[in-house]
Amino acid sequence: MEIPKSFLGYKRENGRAGTRNHVIILPVDDISNACAEAVANNIKGTIALPHSYGRLQFGADLELHFRTMIGTGSNPNVAAVIVIGIEPKWTKKIVDGIAKTGKPVEGFHIERTGDIGTVMKASKKAQEFVMWASEKQREECPMSDLWISVKCGESDTTSGLAANPTVGNLMDKLEPLGVHLCFGETSELTGAEKVCATRGATKEASDKFMKTWSSYNDFILKEATDDLSESQPTAGNIAGGLTTIEEKAFGNFQKIGNCKFVDVLEPAEEPKKGKGLYFMDTSSAAAECVTLQAAAGFNIHLFPTGQGNIVGNPIEPVIKLTANPLTVKGMGEHIDCDVSKILSREMNMSQAGDELIKTTMRVANGRLTCAEALGHKEFVMTKLYRSA
Amino acid sequence: MATDIIIHDEKDNVGVVVIDKIAPKQDCACWIMENDKTVKIQSIDEIQLGHKIAMVDLSEGDTILKYGHDIGKVIKSIKKGEHVHVHNVKTKKW
Repeated sequence: MEIPKSFLGYKRENGRAGTRNHVIILPVDDISNACAEAVANNIKGTIALPHSYGRLQFGADLELHFRTMIGTGSNPNVAAVIVIGIEPKWTKKIVDGIAKTGKPVEGFHIERTGDIGTVMKASKKAQEFVMWASEKQREECPMSDLWISVKCGESDTTSGLAANPTVGNLMDKLEPLGVHLCFGETSELTGAEKVCATRGATKEASDKFMKTWSSYNDFILKEATDDLSESQPTAGNIAGGLTTIEEKAFGNFQKIGNCKFVDVLEPAEEPKKGKGLYFMDTSSAAAECVTLQAAAGFNIHLFPTGQGNIVGNPIEPVIKLTANPLTVKGMGEHIDCDVSKILSREMNMSQAGDELIKTTMRVANGRLTCAEALGHKEFVMTKLYRSA
Repeated sequence: MATDIIIHDEKDNVGVVVIDKIAPKQDCACWIMENDKTVKIQSIDEIQLGHKIAMVDLSEGDTILKYGHDIGKVIKSIKKGEHVHVHNVKTKKW
């Protein structure tokens, strides 16, 4: 198959391109969710991103909160942003961070005004933004404007056998076109960590990966009350035939094909070393991981599943693929790309990779994913430790 | 002949069932992805789609190889053709 050279995206002020054109209402903190949701309810075509945190956080945890908020607003899939927080200072910090992209953004704080007055003011601005954004047209963009993140979930042995290597095949074919790629899931590389480290493009990248993984593993050993076999692999993994974390890790690792990672990113950190594959230090919980990757600027996500994870994201379209025929049969409404014929050997890996590229292009050009059509908008902030 | 079991790597001592299930005493065709060879095995247990079968006899303490890599240790001896899972294999981590 000839690999496409371009897709139809929304060009943004900072030179990036989006696969979507969302106007988001972003609450700074948990207690501003009601206001944000009221604005999104008033103004059609906007979307609120409620979440559980943003108060009394400190240190690295607070930095991650701001990085996730600013990164989400800055993502090229977002045309314009309304930020609503209880207090002016943190609200302004997020507005200023997003404003660096050049996109329309305006902040509102609730103190001294109350919910009703804030909803009124913010709704007026949101209406202006959404009507402005609705006139944006898709234009031809080079493939290098695609930033593709990957994460697998509800994995079983068919994931490592077929769905994950299909993603790896896509990576091998698209990497030469200058796309950005990102994988994460620090915990689920346990058992394959040494092999993964050898895939660093430089010694620096390899060392940084081992440092990140070791720090995670030390934390697990310190906090674990048992051997973690209740959590890793999960009951769903075990039902699907996965026996150990090592088996899960080597299956997981198939997603990167033969690519080498150029750098290791902090959670939600934007890649700074140009095109190519990046590893991000993330949780292996689906919604947390995708939220962090979206906040780092990735604009389309590939999600191989075995037993059938159903996750979506409010701003980054999540494409599901599976090789498990029972999952296709039982919950086909969640599956964008069926590669189950790999198991019956009616499809080889390269053909499966081509199918996934076709699906990815259709979604990049605007086709809704199953998760979007079903209303999956999981936006889950990662919290590093308890608040002050 | 259709493929009943797929093995990732020539070194692997387990394979993955890729049909709905295999019955006890079924003669199964196994395809090795790495070298495109086909081998045969007779099952002992009924094994479901996605679950593993032992390709050789394994003793307590042996290492399970899949993807050509160590994925855990045998905690209860396993005969060639038996189901390999959490009842007879455990992680070496944690």
